[in-house]
Amino acid sequence: MEKEYETVIGLEVHVELATKTKIFCSCSTEFGGAPNTHTCPVCTGMPGSLPVLNRQVVEYAIAVGLATNCDITQYCKFDRKNYFYPDNPQNYQISQLYLPICRNGHVEIEVNGSKKNVGIHEIHMEEDAGKLIHDEWEDCTLVDYNRSGVPLIEIVSEPDMRNAEEVIAYLEKLRTTIQYLGASDCKLQEGSMRADVNLSVREVGSDKFGTRTEMKNLNSFKAIARAIKGERERQIELIEEGKKVVQETRRWDDNKEYSYAMRSKEDAQDYRYFPEPDLVPIFIDSDWLKRVKAAQPELREEKLLRYEKEYDIPRDDALIITESRKMADIFEETTKLCGDAKKTANWLIGETMRLVKENEMDVADISFSPENLAKLIKIVSKGEINNIVAKEVFEEIFKNDIDPEKYVEEKGLKSVNDEGTLKEVIQKIVDENPKSVEDYKNGKKKAIGFLVGQTMKAMKGKADPAAVNKILGEILNAV
Amino acid sequence: MANVISDETIEYVGILAKLELSGEEKEKAKKDMESMLDYVDKLNELDTEGVEPMSHVFKVNNVFREDVVTNEDTHELILKNAPQQKENQFKVPKTFD
Amino acid sequence: MSLNDLTALELSKKIKDKEVSVKEAVLASFEQIEKYDEQLNCYVTTLKEDALKRSEEVQKRIDNNELTGLLAGVPIAVKDNICTKDVLTTCSSKILENYYPTFSATAVENIEKEGMIVLGKTNMDEFAMGSTTETSHYGITRNPWNTDRVPGGSSGGSCAAVAAAECFTALGSDTGGSIRQPSSFCGVTGMKPTYGTVSRYGLIAYGSSLDQIGPVGKNVADVAALADVISSYDKKDSTSVKREYAFYDSINEDIKGLKIGIPRDYFSEGLNEEVKQAVMNSVKELEKCGAIVEEFDLSLVDYAIPAYYVIASAEASSNLSRFDGVKYGFRAPEYEGLHNMYKKTRSEGFGSEVKRRIMLGSFVLSSGYYDAYYLKALRTKALIKESYDKAFAKYDVIIGPAAPTTALKIGESLSDPIKMYLGDIYTVSANLAGLPGISVPVGLDKAGLPIGVQILGDCFKENNILKTAKKIEEIAAFGKCQIAGR
Ligand SMILES: [Mg+2]
Ligand SMILES: [Zn+2]
Repeated sequence: MEKEYETVIGLEVHVELATKTKIFCSCSTEFGGAPNTHTCPVCTGMPGSLPVLNRQVVEYAIAVGLATNCDITQYCKFDRKNYFYPDNPQNYQISQLYLPICRNGHVEIEVNGSKKNVGIHEIHMEEDAGKLIHDEWEDCTLVDYNRSGVPLIEIVSEPDMRNAEEVIAYLEKLRTTIQYLGASDCKLQEGSMRADVNLSVREVGSDKFGTRTEMKNLNSFKAIARAIKGERERQIELIEEGKKVVQETRRWDDNKEYSYAMRSKEDAQDYRYFPEPDLVPIFIDSDWLKRVKAAQPELREEKLLRYEKEYDIPRDDALIITESRKMADIFEETTKLCGDAKKTANWLIGETMRLVKENEMDVADISFSPENLAKLIKIVSKGEINNIVAKEVFEEIFKNDIDPEKYVEEKGLKSVNDEGTLKEVIQKIVDENPKSVEDYKNGKKKAIGFLVGQTMKAMKGKADPAAVNKILGEILNAV
Repeated sequence: MANVISDETIEYVGILAKLELSGEEKEKAKKDMESMLDYVDKLNELDTEGVEPMSHVFKVNNVFREDVVTNEDTHELILKNAPQQKENQFKVPKTFD
Repeated sequence: MSLNDLTALELSKKIKDKEVSVKEAVLASFEQIEKYDEQLNCYVTTLKEDALKRSEEVQKRIDNNELTGLLAGVPIAVKDNICTKDVLTTCSSKILENYYPTFSATAVENIEKEGMIVLGKTNMDEFAMGSTTETSHYGITRNPWNTDRVPGGSSGGSCAAVAAAECFTALGSDTGGSIRQPSSFCGVTGMKPTYGTVSRYGLIAYGSSLDQIGPVGKNVADVAALADVISSYDKKDSTSVKREYAFYDSINEDIKGLKIGIPRDYFSEGLNEEVKQAVMNSVKELEKCGAIVEEFDLSLVDYAIPAYYVIASAEASSNLSRFDGVKYGFRAPEYEGLHNMYKKTRSEGFGSEVKRRIMLGSFVLSSGYYDAYYLKALRTKALIKESYDKAFAKYDVIIGPAAPTTALKIGESLSDPIKMYLGDIYTVSANLAGLPGISVPVGLDKAGLPIGVQILGDCFKENNILKTAKKIEEIAAFGKCQIAGR
């Protein structure tokens, strides 16, 4: 009989924190500077330099811990993780092993309508490494320490997930939560959120874990889903062939859809952790915890409940809007200004999301102001422009955050409501299209649509559709 | 109890420490480490049951920096001592296969 | 009396009184360096041109009353593990043979603010690992009292330079006795302040939890004044502590009623008889001055060295991993691939004592041994700290020898590492417990070699050890060094 296997998955998620400076020095964390321009003696490991901890890193770590139901370690410390690699200027990483800042948390995920908790073993603070670039020309490696010392939190889950859907739901949950806290922008593609997948398989019904492997280099949800499938199959195949799964770190190659062992005989994987002597312990008293708790913004779950009550918009719409704090903030602000939650929601779910996708953007990168969207909604409601023009104007708002009132004025996009002008144009259209008029008279009410269309065309889209309908009706009835 | 350091152990420690010892050095290192460890084993005479390991002597906690950028671009200084560099980056033997 | 016979404080006063110029002082030091350093090798690098140039600036600022500190204008030597901006800083290692730091240590900034003038960088045991200054890549330093003898270490260059008047005062560093023991061997005064008193920013780390920069001088007053100059609360060093009083102000305080503890364990086997007598004599003299002396059992003395070597080596194995041929310093000329580059660079760049400690440190932290060795050592450290806390609840200071012997013959201790390590028996526990300690010369042995007394105080109580040291100095009336072969 065919054996059935269950996949057991745990995640190590690295999140780059949204601080202005690095974790142990006053260098900027800004992305994309010229090589080594955001460096100093501390983050390049110069002899004699010493680390000093950025307070904001601790604040963010506590905030994430609280939002993921963790116990905050009152007395926590940093440790050194020793290994040689050129992206790591001191050849040790300052991290936390023995007393991580958060422990024993969980988040709730929902897959296909059923809910479950994923445990969080711990969250620790650590420093990022520099960037290695392969130089094809000289076949050597070049090292840029701009990212060296950028603060990270590493969120280590329990092996509580069983398939890719759960993994992705967990990651999305972490992402929205952390984004809501403002602790990180969590962009998978840009590497500000990175997930390593620990995976093992076991026969269904077994309560023992199989040997796990750790997969790295997963930079999209799709890659994660493929890697889980690929690694599951690879491990099952080994077991069926009577071979053993080796506990090791593997690198996922998304093009080849296969993972490769990263082991080298030069790496012993013995990190010789010991307490970092250059940093003093962190003592988090209840006052500090209270302060962070008080500063915690409204998270997604609370927002969803409130939206349903306060704005009366469908849950599906609310889900889309609250997927990121950025969107939710725009929604709330715009609604406050224009007083129309439904229309605001429609603009965000419809046009905004369409443009985000079209431009391959992240919602976090949306840059238009709620003021301008609110103005647009208002002038549409007043009938100053019609929906077609409104979409055009919105594209401008989306791209350049223009003031729609001024724009409409300058470009002469205002709808024409003036009865005299409209009557003249419509009369001409009616005269030029006797066939349609006849159809209409014969009961083909659809024909009116054609006449409206022709009128709009003649008005270059700037006619108020309501006025056109009214006048057209009058003229046709008079024929 | 005298400590015995095997060839494998010296080899392993060499990998951890990134040190390459010649045959003669290796023998000496083994002997040195054995005698050092024998000496350090004296600590086993002490009952340290229940004693909290002391990493820091003083109870100083919570020394922080505020999150303000004060460092300027000093890449020329940073690269000044580099044994090999290229285009403002440190140059090392390739790390990719 | 020559300029070089002045103490640092006397010199600065004469400069401020316009009796001597800063330049004259600098030239006097260099005269001495040029005469003796070829033989003594106190310096890895001398900075005559820089020093002369700076002496003019400093002179102007003294003349304008901008620099009024007790040590303004005084030439000073700096141990070569303390970073000096744009000045070669080698740690006496080949691996840093071409390293020019881009910043100065906070302690160096402080001496420059005072208007002191750096003459050069002094020789040391490679990366401060040693007690004889014989493990330097740049040759051994000889003891000015007898050039067949070692100056002690690791701050051997700084202490020998002060003894030979190749500078007026110097900075050393002390991880397990590296200021106090060579001060004792060279007949000068050297203090290791309480951990955290002098910023470690810019001190190239050996054992981070134990390292401390400290002053070396011709007498207690100079040492106290220099300690005031270099101590500062530094935001760049997270382990830096605030200091509540001026050290210099405490040296003349009365010692009447001072409670002195004499640890019996420091006077047992292994201690040279002449050293023992010299130390006991000065204690007797202190008693005559009104101090209350009592013997007691400190306990745990024999465990300090093994605990120290485990902790220091473990930290060193990590601290020294940054020397890899990537960012600075020496890179092996020939290698195949990255890991081979690391191995060749480090194997060729480090000397044997440094390699020995890196190997030991890597081993005691490695998987399966961490608890048995490293944690055991940290627990021992806690017990040692506790036993000092108990002692200082009863006594203001603890007095004993700084080293079991006077200066050893060159080459004598290198053959047996354990024997060499045992030389630190009286000094290492102060580093484990973070305590301040000072070594002050009290006399010569029959061979004409200096003997030092060590005074330990409770944390932050430098005032107690300084005033005691000052009293001992007055009683002993220790003469200046007649440089051998003069
Ligand atoms: Mg990590
Ligand atoms: Zn930096």
